[in-house]
Amino acid sequence: MIWKLFITFLQIGAFSFGGGYGMLPMIEKYVITENAWIEPNVFVDIIATSQITPGPIAINSATFIGYKMAGFWGAFWSTLGVITVPVMLILVLSHFLIAFKESVMVKAIFDGLRPALVGLILASAFSVSKTAIQDIYGGLIALGIFILINKTKIHPILLILLAAVTGVFLYH
Amino acid sequence: MKITWKLFIIFLRIGAFTFGGGYAMIPLIEREVVDKHHWLTTEEFMDVLAVCQSTPGAIAVNQAVFIGYKINRYAGAAAATLGVVLPSFFVMLVIAASFATIQSQTLAQSIFKGVRPAVVALIASAGIRLTRFTKTGFDLVVIVSSFLAITWAGVNPVFVVVIAAILGVVRYRYAQKGVGR
Repeated sequence: MIWKLFITFLQIGAFSFGGGYGMLPMIEKYVITENAWIEPNVFVDIIATSQITPGPIAINSATFIGYKMAGFWGAFWSTLGVITVPVMLILVLSHFLIAFKESVMVKAIFDGLRPALVGLILASAFSVSKTAIQDIYGGLIALGIFILINKTKIHPILLILLAAVTGVFLYH
Repeated sequence: MKITWKLFIIFLRIGAFTFGGGYAMIPLIEREVVDKHHWLTTEEFMDVLAVCQSTPGAIAVNQAVFIGYKINRYAGAAAATLGVVLPSFFVMLVIAASFATIQSQTLAQSIFKGVRPAVVALIASAGIRLTRFTKTGFDLVVIVSSFLAITWAGVNPVFVVVIAAILGVVRYRYAQKGVGR
């Protein structure tokens, strides 16, 4: 189990570009669809928790899922797995910083990646919405928060708290 | 040794006090590394950031590795990486351990019911914010087809990423040859 967790998060770490949300479709694919390690609504709760706890979402989700599957060492090896490829890549690239920065090939690759990332992240929003939005109130919360994110400068943590309070009012 | 310890403490602080994921950490890292300790110039910091954004993985972790290595080789990289990872690792351990208990409370259930739709809004906004960097009609085709490939056809996202990278290179070659321009 621990070996499988390590390998799974190694793959997730190796192919998640653009930081944070770019990795959500990979987690969904490997952790939920293929292995059914966690339920979709727990996945949504992990993302929400990541927003209100410190640290990158990659570390948060690897630790959480690893712990749930195999306790402390599961968390340890999943977290190690998710950072291994990026860490080694950075150590290699730091020797070629200038060459890398000015490489037209890197630019070409990233120009190609960017629109796909948009598609990936929107796909993630879409699939999360199927679990996350259960009724008309849910739709209204999503819409309201979306408008607040894009039209105001309110910090996302405050918006999560606002949604939490709204949840208590509506459902408790 | 002293500088390694210092790197560890600085990145520990950054890891512990930045909420909302990697992007929130960038200004904090800049303040510590550029303004306070003068380990890097602003320009060097920007170069590091550019590399960290175009390699896979969490941006904050990538920056910790890069900056730590630059300042004190492998010891520096290890110290900074440990520092930035440890706080979220331990906070998440505690949360994961108590998650079942939290979830069984009816108050927590209504909180989560309210928060989940907000998560959809956060993810969707992150995706839409990225569209600022896409310009051409071809980009739009890639956005739509990668979206459909994943949601509708169930294609592995890794495959989508690899294809998109290859397409980027092919397009560059094509433009260079002046064909179709």
